[in-house]
Parts: sequence; C-alpha cells; structure tokens
Amino acid sequence: MSLMKRMKSLAYSQKLAPFVFISPFIIVFLLFFIYPVISTVIMSFQRVLPGQTEFIGFTNFKNLFNGDFYKAVTNSVIYTVITIAVLIPVPLILAVFLDSRMMVFKNFFRSVFFIPALVSIVVAGFTFRLIFGEMPTALLNSILANFGIEATKWLGGAAQWTTFLALLLLCCWRWTGVNILYYLSGLQSIPGELYESAAIDGADAFQRLRHITVPLLRPVTIYILTISIYGGMSMFLESFMLFAGNRSPGGSGLTIIGYLYRHGWEQANIGYGSAIGLVMLIVTLGVNVIQLKASGMFKKEG
Amino acid sequence: MKTKVRKALSLLSVILVLTMLVSACTTGVPGGAAEGSATEIEFWTFQDLHVEFYEVMAEKWNEANPDEQINFIPTVYPFDDMHNKLLIAFQSGVGAPDLVDIEIGKYANFLRGDIQLLPLNDVVEPELDNIVKARVDIYSKDGSFYGICFHVGAAVIYYNAELCEAVGIDWENINTWDEYYAAGEAFKAANPDLYWTSVESGDIWHMWPMISSQGSDMLAADGTPTIATPEMAKALEFNKKMVDEGIAVVAPGSPSYHHSEEFYQLMNSGAIASISMPMWYMDRFTDHMPDLSGKMAIAPLPVWEEGQPRSVGMGGTGTSVTAQSENADLVKRFLAFAKLSKEGNIEVWNTMGFDPIRTEVWSLPEVTEAVNKFTDYYVTTPFEVLNQIKDEILPVNVSDALPATLDVMKNSVLNRAYTEDGIDIPAMLEEEQAKIQY
Repeated sequence: MSLMKRMKSLAYSQKLAPFVFISPFIIVFLLFFIYPVISTVIMSFQRVLPGQTEFIGFTNFKNLFNGDFYKAVTNSVIYTVITIAVLIPVPLILAVFLDSRMMVFKNFFRSVFFIPALVSIVVAGFTFRLIFGEMPTALLNSILANFGIEATKWLGGAAQWTTFLALLLLCCWRWTGVNILYYLSGLQSIPGELYESAAIDGADAFQRLRHITVPLLRPVTIYILTISIYGGMSMFLESFMLFAGNRSPGGSGLTIIGYLYRHGWEQANIGYGSAIGLVMLIVTLGVNVIQLKASGMFKKEG
Repeated sequence: MKTKVRKALSLLSVILVLTMLVSACTTGVPGGAAEGSATEIEFWTFQDLHVEFYEVMAEKWNEANPDEQINFIPTVYPFDDMHNKLLIAFQSGVGAPDLVDIEIGKYANFLRGDIQLLPLNDVVEPELDNIVKARVDIYSKDGSFYGICFHVGAAVIYYNAELCEAVGIDWENINTWDEYYAAGEAFKAANPDLYWTSVESGDIWHMWPMISSQGSDMLAADGTPTIATPEMAKALEFNKKMVDEGIAVVAPGSPSYHHSEEFYQLMNSGAIASISMPMWYMDRFTDHMPDLSGKMAIAPLPVWEEGQPRSVGMGGTGTSVTAQSENADLVKRFLAFAKLSKEGNIEVWNTMGFDPIRTEVWSLPEVTEAVNKFTDYYVTTPFEVLNQIKDEILPVNVSDALPATLDVMKNSVLNRAYTEDGIDIPAMLEEEQAKIQY
C-alpha cells in the first residue's frame, strides 16, 4: 500500500515532471549527438582498421596541411560567402514585394518560389548537370548559341567561376523560396502602425524599407545567416550530383565534406575523416559564435 | 468516473511504451532459419547485371545439387553506398552479407587491418592453371586469394570500321602507336569535324595499357605509387599532342570519361573513329550506342614497338566471402561453381558479355558460336581478338596505395596533362606524385 502511495506521489511529483517531459530530447541528444561527437574526437587521434585500432597522436591533424584540403576549405568558404551575399538580400526584397498590398497573383508567386525547395537535391542536381552539359546540344549552351555565344564547358572547365556559377544557381534556385518564407513570417510580425506613422511623417517607400523593415527583420536575418553558414560549409550533395560522383577536375567542385567523404569513406581512413570533421565543426562553430556575438544575440533582451 | 478514465489512460500509455520496447528488441533478430532446407545466401552488389548472372548460376546449382539447395538473396546498392555499408559492417563486426562484390579500385580498403574476408585458396588453387592467374592475384594478400574476378578485362581498341573504311584506313593493320597517329592525321585531314579518338581526362582506362606495354605501371612492384616515370610522360605527351592537333577529343562530360551521357551521345553520332577501352566496355556500346550496331570492330591495341605485349587486364570486381558468413563452406563452393567452373564462365559471356577468366572457354563452340546481342552488334568476333592476345595480357600492380593513386590520376593528373596549355608534363607528374597520401 505504502509502495503504491510512493509510486503515486512519484508519478505526480512536480519536481520530476519537467525532467520526464524533456527526457526524450535529452536521450536523443546524448545518443545521437554527444556520443558521436565524443567518438569522433577519439577516432581523430586513431588509425581505425577492423580489429587493429591504434592511437597515433596528432598524425591525422598534421596530414591536414596539404593543397587538397586548402582547396576544399577555400571552395567551401567562397561558396558560403557568395550564397549568403545572394540569399539574404534577394529573398528579403522578394518577401517585401510578396507582402505588399499592391502585389497581384501573390499565392501563385509564393508557390513558384517555394516549389524548388520540395525537389530533392539528387533530382535537382541531376537536372542541373544536364542543363549545364558541355555539348552544344545541352540546354544552356543551346540557348546561348542563339546569342552567338560559343559552347562552354561549364562544369569543371578551365575557369573555375563556371563551376561556381552552376553550384550557386542550384543553391539559389532551391533556397530562395525557403528564405522568402522566413522573411514573410517576420514581416507579418511588424505592426502596421509603424508604417502608417512613418508615412504621415513623410517617409517614402525606400526610407520605410531601410528604417523600419530591415531593422525589425534583424532576428530573422541573423537566423538565416546562422543556418546559411552551416549549410554553405557543409555543402556536398550538390557538388556530388553535378559531377556524378565525388570527383571534379582539379578539385573545382571539392568541398570540405567532399574531402571528408573521399578520405573517410572512399579511402577507408575513418580516423583522418574524423579529424577533418572535427576541424570543420570547430571552424563553423567558431564563425557562428563570433557572428552571433557581434550581432548581439547573446545579450539579455530588454 | 474521472479517475477511471485517468487510470485507463495511464494503463494504455504503459502498454504502449511496453509494446514499443518489445518490438524494438525483436526487430533486431533476423527472420531465423530458411524455409525448408534451402540455405540462404545473402549477396550484395552494385551492378544489376551481376545479379542476373548469379541468379542463373543459383538455379543451375539447385538443379545439380538437390540435397544442398540454396536460396539466393541478392541486394543491389548504389556503388558508393554498398562499399561504405560493407566497410561499416566489417568495422562493427555485424551486418555483412555472405557473398559480396567488391570493385578493384576499392578492394585494397578491405585488405587492411584484420581481414574480414575468407581466403579462397582451397577452391582457387586447384583451378590456377585453367584461369588467368592475374585475375585472382589482384585480390590477394600475402599468398591468400580473397576474391575471384568476373572477367579478364583485357584492354582492346574499338574501331568504328565504317568511318575508317570511308577514308581508306586499314584499321586491321595498325600495329604501333606511330601508325595509329599517322592514321589519325589522315582521318582528321579527311574529316576536319570528326575525331580519330577520344581520351579521358577523368579516368585511366585509355592510358593504362600505354604505360603497361612499356613495362611500367602506376604502382611499383612493392606497391608504392610511381606515376612520375618517363613511360607515363611518354604516353601522356603522345595523347596531349593528339588533343592539341584535334586528332583526339577530350571525352566530354563531367567527369570527362567514356561513361558520360555526353560521350555516349557523341560517340553514337559517329563523331569518333576509335577508342581504347577494356573488353567489358562492349556492353556500353550495345546498351548506350545503338546507332553504331554493325559498325564497330574490336582489335588488339597498338604498341610502341612491335613485340611489346598488346593488352593488360584492367578493372574488375572480385566476389568474396565474408568472415561473417554462417555457411562459409557452402558459399565458397557456390562461388567456385559460379565463377571458376566451365559452365559458369560460359554464362559470364552469355549474360554479361565479359571475357571469362577461364581460358579454355575462349575457344569452345558454346562461346565462339553463340549468338547474342554482342555477336549481332560487332563486326568482329571478340574471341578471335582475345585468342590472338591470349599470352600478352599483363597484370596490374595492386596495393593499399591504389585508391589514392587513382584518385590523383583521375582528379588532377590527366586533366592537367590534356587541358593545361603548354604544360611541362614530367614536372607536373613529380608534383602530383608528391601529393599522393595513403
């Protein structure tokens, strides 16, 4: 009887309840995030082979100092910077248009911008690969031919910007709609009175955008910036699909994750792969912490 | 009333949680023993064609061995996925199939550490005299054979006979690379818009025989990478010259290789007169370039100087038995039946169009007189060529360093050699060799 009672009091305990409710998250977090991170740290100091795993000190990290890794880091950084430079202002402006009362066919445009986000990267990458084919009969080349522009080897050609162009177009095509959605939800939370009073004070449309919309959308912008830094640095599948595999001439489409995949999996060197992953985690985390700190996100509100 | 509902609800949730736990535990256990007396053989591959072959062989096995029935369960995964899954299965010690296809470029990855594959010496050694030994050597380590190949993968050259004959080129009598180059010049002069040949800046099949015939290779006999050699420079400079003069085209596509949609399209349109690829490329022609049916001829490759060996066995997939197999002995015997026996090797040709590793098969009427999609497509008989070069098929060196070496060749060396203007090839080779990490 007393056991029943104790059980009952335990079940209705006010102190215990919160922990019970968050336990699914905590368990999943420990099992699928903390545990892998810890074992990545351990493996990055090891040579991992079936049945013969041994500690090899910092060798994996020393091996990182090579041209291919620099190339992968440079590519990822350039890609991240350009995607951020495009994918923050453009969706913001488009969202403002879509939110405007004067806009016609709002829902149509919203769907048109958002649909690409529903297409899997595998399908999108394959389609872009065919569009950017180097033969004169490929879609892009055959369109450009009408303007007298000669067929170009877009993917992995002599100039690296053509490869980046394809990667960036794919990225923008796919993510513009998602970012527009974030901004639209942000715009809805800006009170209309602000615009009204600004209009009474004689502010024109551009001034209202510059002094009301942009500053009040700042939390959304910071959120997009944070996920874009991570998304850009960890880009892999886009390049993998465009080049029909994890290889591109002269590493023109090599990214950090591509490099990790090549060494960790394709060459079965999981210890080295862990070291690459760890370095990437530290770099992205570092950049994001600095960025969040600079934008004042860690300050207490109020 | 209220408490009753509450009690019922809490009871329900307890039951729910319990069933979830129980079901989570049970799903880990496989379906148990096979139905009837048939032994299950689980097989992983990355190639549909291989499944077709093994299924035919499993049927034949069951006919021949009524008291040892097998239930063949194949699974086809994408190339990388399959090798990655296998790597994880070996690393963790659970989840591997009984029988698995491992591609040669990946094979070295599975011969490191405590090897998780079973030696096949007891079935391979009795047959060594009947098969092309190089085709099991490439899957061996320290005297143990771990895999058996599907095919010899003999390097040959494919001519578009119609194009050659239109400009009076006698492709049957091209014996050296110099003659090949001269024919190319003549061809280009007659057809300025077409190409004599195609080179891959993202793959190695076209150039490997060009160094092998000189007695060189990408790996030294001790397994260390040796791409910075005069032989390699000679081959690449020869190809570069043809590219610069428009005699050769760098295969279109990204990566640039003879497996891209763009290349198939260009070749199929009759824009390229010849390519150097292994025998297993035959089915790419029949499947992807239907317009060339009745036009393509297969011939022995040219060499630098007459008398040099005219072929090399390239590529391949070794089928291996994993250490996790519960019926290893039966699986091994089935593998031997499928890949080492005479019937098996005849089937290799009939279903897949590969050059079988058992040499006696090459002159059997069942093979040479068989009518299939390959004999319909090509104007020459593949086995005639194979019998001519029978004793000249060189092996390639294989070691832990191969995956990394091929990586540098495919991603960097060939692209730089063929597409950078005025490149100093020997210096570039030195530079790239230093980059190989393994």
